Amino acid sequence: MSFLDLKNVTKIYPNGTKAVHETSLSISEGEFMVFVGPSGCGKSTLLRMVAGLEDITEGDINLDGQLINEVDPSERDVAMVFQNYALYPHMNVYNNLAYGLKNRGIDKETIEQKVNDAAKLLQISDFLQRKPSMLSGGQRQRVAMGRAIVRNPKIFLFDEPLSNLDAKLRIQMRLEIKKLQQKVGVTSIFVTHDQVEAMTLADRLAVINNGIIEQLGTPIEIYNNPESLFVAGFIGSPQMNFLDANLNNKTLSAENFEIKNIDSDYNGEVTLGIRPEHLIESENGLINLKVELVEQLGSDNLVYGQIKNIKDFCYRSPGNQIIKKGDTLSLNIEENKYYIFDKSTGKRVN
Amino acid sequence: MKIKPLQIVAHIILIIGVLLMVLPIWISFASSTHENVSILTEGMRFTLGDQFSRNYNEVLNEKGGWSEEVTAAKMFINSFIMALGIATLKVAISAMSAYALVYYRFKLAVPIFWLIFITLLVPLEVRIFPSYKIVSDLGLTNSYTGLILPLVASATATFFFRQFYKTIPDELLESAKLDGANAWSFFIDFLVPLSKTMIAAMFIFMFVYGYSQYLWPLIMTTAEEYWTVVMGMKIIYTESYEGVALPRTAERFAYIILSMIPPVLVVVFLQKWFIKGLIQTEK
Ligand SMILES: Nc1ncnc2c1ncn2[C@@H]1O[C@H](COP(=O)(O)OP(=O)(O)O)[C@@H](O)[C@H]1O
Ligand SMILES: [Mg+2]
Repeated sequence: MSFLDLKNVTKIYPNGTKAVHETSLSISEGEFMVFVGPSGCGKSTLLRMVAGLEDITEGDINLDGQLINEVDPSERDVAMVFQNYALYPHMNVYNNLAYGLKNRGIDKETIEQKVNDAAKLLQISDFLQRKPSMLSGGQRQRVAMGRAIVRNPKIFLFDEPLSNLDAKLRIQMRLEIKKLQQKVGVTSIFVTHDQVEAMTLADRLAVINNGIIEQLGTPIEIYNNPESLFVAGFIGSPQMNFLDANLNNKTLSAENFEIKNIDSDYNGEVTLGIRPEHLIESENGLINLKVELVEQLGSDNLVYGQIKNIKDFCYRSPGNQIIKKGDTLSLNIEENKYYIFDKSTGKRVN
Repeated sequence: MKIKPLQIVAHIILIIGVLLMVLPIWISFASSTHENVSILTEGMRFTLGDQFSRNYNEVLNEKGGWSEEVTAAKMFINSFIMALGIATLKVAISAMSAYALVYYRFKLAVPIFWLIFITLLVPLEVRIFPSYKIVSDLGLTNSYTGLILPLVASATATFFFRQFYKTIPDELLESAKLDGANAWSFFIDFLVPLSKTMIAAMFIFMFVYGYSQYLWPLIMTTAEEYWTVVMGMKIIYTESYEGVALPRTAERFAYIILSMIPPVLVVVFLQKWFIKGLIQTEK
């Protein structure tokens, strides 16, 4: 049995909302797991069941060899960082960090030492006497992290902790969280709806949709091999392009091009997925893209255009290339870098 | 700095307000330093007289009541104890019952809340006979317990605490739980410090309420040693002056001024908390 084990966990809220469906998942010790999915897909619910803040309707959760379904949150030895940090407004930073330790009956000197160590690690030693209301967003974030770290819990739970920060700080804190987790080595679950955040932080990623884990794997596995239309569309930025097509006898026919010798025995209507970064310009390419808009990012360009009736098709070109509105580009797909999904079920077929 | 006409108007209104608040107290005080007779003959005064020490001495130390046992000082203390007991218990009980109503999600919480709320329609004066019956059956007449106990439940305070607790974000409770807080420590470590402004405000209101009780102590106490301030007004009744019984008006004013001191002290003492709570918006 691994460190954290979820077995057929289901959550139905009292009002009848089924937020999580028979989810099973194992997380090993020290692993950084990220739950990613659109808003309302049930990722917070899943996390809160691990924390003990929501009852488990069905299924079992084991943590460190112990069944914790009925264990009170205060007894689970888990720490959580909330989206709005939930710092204790009437306590100064020191007491915010010390509170959990005090409740465990740890003696004063040990508490002081642990708080100071955590504060040093997070560079908040200078603010220990301040109230949370006198801190900036990033500092509050650190205090919230410190409150989790100081207790040295079995598992860290993060519920979208970065979404209240501005873009720059978010990227910086993202990096720090990752470094910190590697240093401290605590098993962590991180919930986010931001796929970039998910990709950069995760050892392993669970893509959740409608209360079901659609795919589980390392970020690269999922990026390279999305198993469903949903995962393909959700992971990757800019988003994968999707085209309607037909697959017959290993030949795929889209509106104005064909691909032969497809490695699939599926016949019928499909969706073809191509990532913007998997296109290359070449003479007599498969696809003719009429450029409508170019976003210049410096390192590369995002070119949006039209292929016949398909709008907003995206191509990522090298940054040094000059492309103007109205140009027509001839594009090929990189070798085997396309994804074919059953149009009705969304399952991958190639 | 340019003074705008609007500011002048605003200040005039404020000054009128201040005068309306302060003048009656000043007149009472000024009048309390004159001779009883001169108030009767010349009316209330704006200026100080020369009878301050005589009047106040008389009021504080005169033995009153049928058995001439109780002094004004004793009555102030009685009222103070009664008000303190009522205010403390009212605040404690209503904060705790609001806590139960908000945080223990049982089905009957809402009906129970409304039941508590409805008791606003049944003040002590309405239920005074049943209350008296119970208190006397318990043998609590002529005791501080008897003075305090029937008045310690408060629907108003429960209501205010409930509304306040509802504004506290759930994450705070959840976070505290994960930090190992149990139900009691969440109340003591979080709700009490977060609501201290409210506690101070409630305490002041409830203190004044307790201090100004009249009917209940009147019915409850037969022993003079438990008389309270408002009841005591009547011991300063008349004096004989050149053979005629005249009301001791100046001394009554002195009594009124003295009776204001305990609640004023409470307000002054709790004001610090009040202002602190107003300045620091911490929630
Ligand atoms: N307390 C609740 N009562 C009823 N439904 C809820 C409750 N909390 C969340 N839900 C519903 O459960 C689903 C999953 O919610 P949540 O786990 O918060 O999603 P996410 O965190 O992925 O955005 C949503 O449809 C949401 O409306
Ligand atoms: Mg959420």
